[in-house]
Amino acid sequence: MSATTEKRRVTCIVCPSGCRINVEIEGGKIIEISGNQCKRGADYATTEVTQPMRVLTTTVRLENGRLLPVKTSHPIPKALLFDAIKELSGVVVKPPVKMGQVVYSNVAGTGVDVVATRSWD
Amino acid sequence: MVDVVIIGGGVVGCMIARELSRYQLKTVLLEKEDDVASGTSKANSAIVHAGYDPKPGTLKAKLNVRGNPLFDKICSELDVPFKRIGSLVVSLTEEEDRVLEELLERGKKNGVPGLKIINREELLKMEPNVNKKARAALYAPTAGIICPYELTIALAENACQNGVEIKLNSKVVGIKVVNNGELAVMTPTETIHTRYVINAAGLYADEISKMAGAEEYRITPRKGEYLLFDKRFGNIVNRIIFPTPSKISKGILVCPTVDGNFFIGPNSNDVTEKDDVAVTPEGIEEIIKGAQKLVPELPLNHVITSFAGLRAVSDTDDFIIGASKKVRGFINVGGIQSPGLSAAPAIAEMVLEILKEEGLSLKEKRDYNPERPRVYKFRQMNNEERRELIRKNPAYGRVICRCETVTEGEIIDAIRRPVGARSLDAVKRRTRAGMGRCQGGFCSPRVIEILSRELGISPLEITKCGCGSEILKGRTKEFIETGGVVDAK
Amino acid sequence: MQNRELVIIGGGPAGLSAAVEARRLGIEDVLVIDRESEPGGILKQCIHTGFGLHIFKEELTGPEYAERFIRKAEALGVEIMLDTMVIELTSDRRIVAVNGREGLVEIQAKAIILAMGCRERTRGAIKIPGFRPAGIFTAGTAQRFVNIEGYMPGCEIVILGSGDIGLIMARRLTLEGAKVRCVVEIMPYSNGLTRNIVQCLEDYSIPLLLKHTVVNIHGKKRVEGVTIAEVDDEMKPIMETAQFIPCDTLLLSVGLIPENELSRMAGIEIDDVTGGPVVNQRLETSVPGIFACGNVLHVHDLVDFVTQEAMEAARGVASYLADGGKKYDHIPVTAGEGLRYVLPQRINVEAMTGEKQNFFMRCARPMARARLYVESERGVIESRLLSHVKPSEMISIKLGRDELKGVKMLKFILQEEGDKIECND
Ligand SMILES: Cc1cc2nc3c(=O)[nH]c(=O)nc-3n(C[C@H](O)[C@H](O)[C@H](O)COP(=O)(O)OP(=O)(O)OC[C@H]3O[C@@H](n4cnc5c(N)ncnc54)[C@H](O)[C@@H]3O)c2cc1C
Ligand SMILES: Cc1cc2nc3c(=O)[nH]c(=O)nc-3n(C[C@H](O)[C@H](O)[C@H](O)COP(=O)(O)OP(=O)(O)OC[C@H]3O[C@@H](n4cnc5c(N)ncnc54)[C@H](O)[C@@H]3O)c2cc1C
Ligand code: SF4
Repeated sequence: MSATTEKRRVTCIVCPSGCRINVEIEGGKIIEISGNQCKRGADYATTEVTQPMRVLTTTVRLENGRLLPVKTSHPIPKALLFDAIKELSGVVVKPPVKMGQVVYSNVAGTGVDVVATRSWD
Repeated sequence: MVDVVIIGGGVVGCMIARELSRYQLKTVLLEKEDDVASGTSKANSAIVHAGYDPKPGTLKAKLNVRGNPLFDKICSELDVPFKRIGSLVVSLTEEEDRVLEELLERGKKNGVPGLKIINREELLKMEPNVNKKARAALYAPTAGIICPYELTIALAENACQNGVEIKLNSKVVGIKVVNNGELAVMTPTETIHTRYVINAAGLYADEISKMAGAEEYRITPRKGEYLLFDKRFGNIVNRIIFPTPSKISKGILVCPTVDGNFFIGPNSNDVTEKDDVAVTPEGIEEIIKGAQKLVPELPLNHVITSFAGLRAVSDTDDFIIGASKKVRGFINVGGIQSPGLSAAPAIAEMVLEILKEEGLSLKEKRDYNPERPRVYKFRQMNNEERRELIRKNPAYGRVICRCETVTEGEIIDAIRRPVGARSLDAVKRRTRAGMGRCQGGFCSPRVIEILSRELGISPLEITKCGCGSEILKGRTKEFIETGGVVDAK
Repeated sequence: MQNRELVIIGGGPAGLSAAVEARRLGIEDVLVIDRESEPGGILKQCIHTGFGLHIFKEELTGPEYAERFIRKAEALGVEIMLDTMVIELTSDRRIVAVNGREGLVEIQAKAIILAMGCRERTRGAIKIPGFRPAGIFTAGTAQRFVNIEGYMPGCEIVILGSGDIGLIMARRLTLEGAKVRCVVEIMPYSNGLTRNIVQCLEDYSIPLLLKHTVVNIHGKKRVEGVTIAEVDDEMKPIMETAQFIPCDTLLLSVGLIPENELSRMAGIEIDDVTGGPVVNQRLETSVPGIFACGNVLHVHDLVDFVTQEAMEAARGVASYLADGGKKYDHIPVTAGEGLRYVLPQRINVEAMTGEKQNFFMRCARPMARARLYVESERGVIESRLLSHVKPSEMISIKLGRDELKGVKMLKFILQEEGDKIECND
């Protein structure tokens, strides 16, 4: 086995079995996936190893000093979560706001919108 | 120049302050913490003892028996609940039966009224949850329960109302004799010149006495730990249930509180530090074992909090009360361990006598008012009274602490009164907000909000119990342009 | 004194769902009372996703889930009385509530649904020794400070208990710039969803220490650290393994307790295991005309089940109002081996509100594969194979009227199955 082989462990969350999946990577390519009980697990593990994605939920400031809960409308790369939250720390929203309204676009350059998760009059 | 400086805002200092507020004097009370009742007076068994326990002839015995009957009047003047529920010392062995006899004798010598020994049947009828193996009990009808910090706060408020100046966050760091008949008391921020100093500094009375160059004695801290139970089980016992006493303490007891909870404790262990109020696993085990001897079925799943208090044990093993022979105008009130709470009214009387002997002339004030303005307690009012109160002030219609049903009106009142609350614990001691089964989980964010609004300071400056105990560490990122968490300070 | 048809105490997801369903069933006069200034209950502060997968088939955040129900309730003409705390409840269905506007509000209701939710277990409840400084919060209180008020409870944090609220807060505080040192769990397994362990802890390399607990809290004014130690099989700390962890904050995520002060006041029978009222097939408590659902009945992990249960309670109220409070006999429903409890605790098959009866239960310990047996006096009447049961995840099953006809008792049993056995039914 060459020295560039990397082993990663992923806990599958697709179903309650919670399989511990082992992924072997060589030269940036996945060469083996084991420990999963089904194909969905393999797909999940592949994304987790190559480009894990998460929905970010946080709050932004309202002009009235209160907090507005928000989320990204789609998952964004896990690696960009901290960048996204930093970018959002400067955002101030003027009420009224409707649930689902976009309050920020293209967060951290992902092309994903950030939407309000509640209304505020 | 003032007439009297009292050092220490415990029950003893505050009782003396209120006593002095009857007279035309300039009195200042200095307390190092951010509130009165921050020392031993906030964590003890809260019993106004009958007085059969202390050795005849000691100050403890004399002042306990003298102090006990004074509580009814003081408490009604100050609107502080006091319940004379009586106490029972339970014997479980033949040997302990003899101890009961001894206590009865001692009690008679001390002048305690109404003592009698009751048999097993009578005992179990009065207290069905007491150990069925009990043989007999010494019944003392004059023993009572009180909330010690509520009393202390009420005393301070009333003293303040009558002109005593109460200075919090004022730790005494030096005392000097300026010239004959004048003492200078120093805190980090000021120096107060006075004719008399009363040392009621509790655990630190030895250090204060030494600081002034007066008599030297030693106070060692002896810890007592407690577990407090949910109100739902408050009637597990109706009276104070003691085991037979040991040499050093009255033992681990089971006792109702005036607020309807009950507690078990205290144990009795010497510790080295005067602020070591940490609860220990061994301590918890010890008090559970001890209390189970008296009441075997304890609802251990319904403990709502644990706490510890420190007894100020002097090397003479009695109260040390008297004018210094070395420093004129300096009066020690030290070593006030149990039954210090019960004796406090009599201690104050005695201190007054001493002051007189030392040349202080006491002229009564015309406008002295022994009554403290009423404290509205929503949870204790009937619906008619509640309706009336909310009509006058809608803040009494907003419930902030759901476990103890404390309203915003009560919290605002606690902050605005004389010697007003400045921290979460101070609000808690005055209103019970946060003392219920959720222990402030629900109401602390709201109490912080009210404190910050009333005091005009940021929520970040609100403390649990004075400087260094800030509750929040900063704002979330949303409020900080640069990102990152800033420290409260 | 006002006269009302249905009063719902609590405007969280349970109260709102019950109100919506009650209106749909044609109950005209529905009043929801909540002590907060906005409806939504605990969901207002649960800004993370994970709500509504069963009910809406999409993943919503707590506020979104709440807002959907608030809108429905408003559209259906449900009256919501806010900033109003119910302080008294009697067994003849009289309510006293208090607010600053009207003072005391007295109501006589035909039917009442209890939906008061739950509160968090505290340090006292689990008796952790040490000092009592600032910096000890329950996870839910910390959640409120961060998500509603915008304040940080601490910078360096240890979390005791691996319940979902604690896990969610571990991530939230990390994203806000705090350092979460570890999550300490006394059990050999976590009480949270695997998904939360992965996405809230593993994503941020936060260690989860199983079979560990906090044995001491240090710091006189503010928390300065905690001592943690491994525990043995009896859950007693092994002091040789004690280690000091510096931190300024301890979050407790050690469980929830149904909030039943009012129920007790009304003399409602409470189940020692669930901490909530004993109920029958239509979620009616031991006091006729008073119903219960949501966290006040038993602690839920999924809000979707809360909604389902609340709808059941609303159907129960409708049947109660229709039959005029007729008295029924009940057969007992009990939890046997492998289960902590089963709800409802008693049923009357004839009076079931639908063709199927929902049973909610919690297992006593995690099992990879387990078989659930339903026994009557005649023996096993039903069995189902379940995989991956955990005490933290509620089991819900439905039994049909036909299966239940004529039985005199029901007992539910959960038995672990060996790995080899494949689905054999
Ligand atoms: C476990 C336990 C159980 C008890 N049970 C009972 C009982 O049931 N009945 C009973 O009668 N008694 C009981 N006692 C005794 C009773 O609690 C005490 O006697 C009483 O509270 C002592 O009050 P104090 O004012 O002297 O002391 P404290 O309340 O300690 O007050 C002293 C004050 O002085 C302040 N201070 C100290 N140094 C300085 C300084 N340098 N500058 C300014 N201020 C300073 C402190 O901060 C403190 O607030 C019990 C005691 C303990 C520990
Ligand atoms: C801190 C915390 C975090 C949680 N996080 C999650 C999560 O992430 N995901 C998840 O699926 N579940 C979570 N849960 C579980 C969640 O609580 C339930 O799924 C659901 O919210 C319970 O709904 P409920 O309506 O029964 O209770 P609640 O939402 O608690 O609502 C009860 C309502 O009743 C009101 N009320 C109570 N007593 C009175 C009274 N006397 N008078 C007037 N009003 C009253 C309260 O103010 C409250 O608004 C969490 C629970 C808590 C406590
Ligand atoms: S691999 Fe398949 S079986 Fe295993 S957890 Fe993932 S989805 Fe479930």
